[in-house]
Amino acid sequence: MSDIAIKVENLSKQYRLGEIGTGTLVADLDRWWHKIRGKEDPYLKIGDTNDRTKKGESEYVWALKDINFEVKKGEVLGIIGRNGAGKSTLLKVLSSTTSPTKGHIKINGKIASLLEVGTGFHPDLSGRDNIFLNGAILGMNKKEIKSKFDEIVDFAGVERYIDTPVKRYSSGMYVRLAFGVAAHLEPDILIVDEVLAVGDSEFQKKCLGKMKEVSVNQGRTVLFVSHQMGSIAQLCQNALILKHGELGKIGPVKDVIDDYLKNSTNSSDTFYENPNPKGKKTFIKTARAVNINLNICESFSFEEEIYLKTEICLGQNERNVLLSATIQDRIGHFISSEVLTLLGSNQNDEFYKLLIKFPKATFSPGNYCFRLALFKLDGTLFDLIEQICPIQILETGSKMAPYEGLGYGDVLLDIKFEYL
Amino acid sequence: MNIISSEKEWTKVIKPNPNLFDFQLKEVWRYRDLLLLFVKRDFVAVYKQTLLGPAWHFIQPALSTLVSLLLFNVIAGISTNGMNPVLFQMSGIILWNYFATCLLACSTVFTKNASIFGKVYFPRLIMPLSIVLSNLVQFLIQFLLLILAIVFFYFKNHTGFFGIAWLMIPVYLFLMAGTSLGLGIVISSLTTKYRDLAVLLTFGVQLLMFASAVNYPLSALEKKNAFLYSILKWNPLSNIIEGFRQSVLLGSVDFSSLIYPLLFMILSLFGGILFFNRVEKTFMDTV
Repeated sequence: MSDIAIKVENLSKQYRLGEIGTGTLVADLDRWWHKIRGKEDPYLKIGDTNDRTKKGESEYVWALKDINFEVKKGEVLGIIGRNGAGKSTLLKVLSSTTSPTKGHIKINGKIASLLEVGTGFHPDLSGRDNIFLNGAILGMNKKEIKSKFDEIVDFAGVERYIDTPVKRYSSGMYVRLAFGVAAHLEPDILIVDEVLAVGDSEFQKKCLGKMKEVSVNQGRTVLFVSHQMGSIAQLCQNALILKHGELGKIGPVKDVIDDYLKNSTNSSDTFYENPNPKGKKTFIKTARAVNINLNICESFSFEEEIYLKTEICLGQNERNVLLSATIQDRIGHFISSEVLTLLGSNQNDEFYKLLIKFPKATFSPGNYCFRLALFKLDGTLFDLIEQICPIQILETGSKMAPYEGLGYGDVLLDIKFEYL
Repeated sequence: MNIISSEKEWTKVIKPNPNLFDFQLKEVWRYRDLLLLFVKRDFVAVYKQTLLGPAWHFIQPALSTLVSLLLFNVIAGISTNGMNPVLFQMSGIILWNYFATCLLACSTVFTKNASIFGKVYFPRLIMPLSIVLSNLVQFLIQFLLLILAIVFFYFKNHTGFFGIAWLMIPVYLFLMAGTSLGLGIVISSLTTKYRDLAVLLTFGVQLLMFASAVNYPLSALEKKNAFLYSILKWNPLSNIIEGFRQSVLLGSVDFSSLIYPLLFMILSLFGGILFFNRVEKTFMDTV
């Protein structure tokens, strides 16, 4: 018995754009006529790659094209890609809600998909009835649901409401109950779409925890689609990128996320410029990452100092404006910040040129970007720019170099061991 | 490792064009709990926040019986072959109601459930099956009304009948259920891409009622218009309704008249499932 849970081979899915009308009837008849004579479907030969921004030649597009990959048992695979890259289509095909146009998928084990929480919930039914109904829709039988019932109610925290129709629930309770049912499924393979984007942050944490428990402790195979790089990085060991319906890259999650972010940021971002914003007198005019020679720079060696050069305009009568500078990782998490008070003047608009120095040999090799904010302590926010000037710090001999790729954190502090 | 043995190693293989004659009845059986829960849902949800609950099902057949009685028996004066006209109309109407509600509900099964079907996999056939089953509940309630009427006339005029022929009722019901399921899913499969048929259906069902011997006996038609009779006798629904009426009200069963509706049911079910399974694979793309 192999240890592969899912094997996807040459998977393709074609969609037709535009409306269904007499034109499609003609195409259908043509297709049918080819089929009767035992010929190949003529419409499968045409079709553009699915780039939604460009006007294509054909009205047929390949939402997925020649996808090949394998998922091992117990692996948690993240699927990333921009809107319309084919993520949802892939999940749909995997969960058999629609069938592929070409190629096939081999699955080993019981599969359950969670493309939405609370599918089939009926507003008029009580929480109890809905747990049974939803559980059955997701593939459990009555006995399994019964044995999990108390756990689900407990997880959702709706014991008092369990015999009330779910339409009387608060939306949070509703989502918790729905996720509770889904989280207590016991399939071998679980397919999850961005369902975590709902609920309060406490509940999101609970969901992430549950997902991690499912994959790590119970050894299940999980396929996880999300836009939130943070949760992907947290949950998955491996990831794959879809781009215009084609498989971009597959590998360890860190590499894939780096690759994805590198391709998704525009090159114009390396030099931020906002020369004349409408109606604003206090704003950040330019920002760029530079090296010690004040040249624009995108990659730094580990031992090199990193500078951010910025120009700031301050309107008259603006006193005590604060400028914060933050270094972010490529997912957007803050690593460290520093704040400067700009004194300003009462008479004239002020114009500052600043050089912000970030320490050398501190940040682990990897990708970073910056965030600048102009604000006041009373809560006024003048300007905020995030994830600008992406830079890369190269592994040029940090002390953690032997452990590259293991994920040891973003900052290298002076940590000492001592034998006692 | 050759291809055949490697196929068996997998629990499930998703392919573009699965075998047409694989009816997946095993899958349906595996999801039988879901089927029952859908039936329960349909039943409970309809009567939530009503005071009279299932009693509402009495009103419609009672009124329809009254109207048909007026039109066909009082005004047109059609003979009912010695059966009590009230019971005659009522028995025809409740069985027809069962057929019509099943057919209409099954025929929109893809379009109405697209949001569920698009998110989760379960054998799609569960949905129309649950419709046929949950409408059975409605039929039983209306049948209770018929029994009350029969009891009433039994004591009043000493007409009506209770006896061994009532054992045939489930058979006629089964025929009706199978036929409506088969025809319904054919229509639902045909309407996922081109909706034309759905427009036709709502009034088509009304017209079909007049061609199905619901309000008149076929024998009365035979006397009045032999040509029309020669066509309408091929409507399997009239055979079922006539047979049902005879066994309930007269206690006579003509087994030979069951053969044609049975064959028709098997054919429509076979064709229906064939179509349905074909369409369910890709209907999400066109619905």
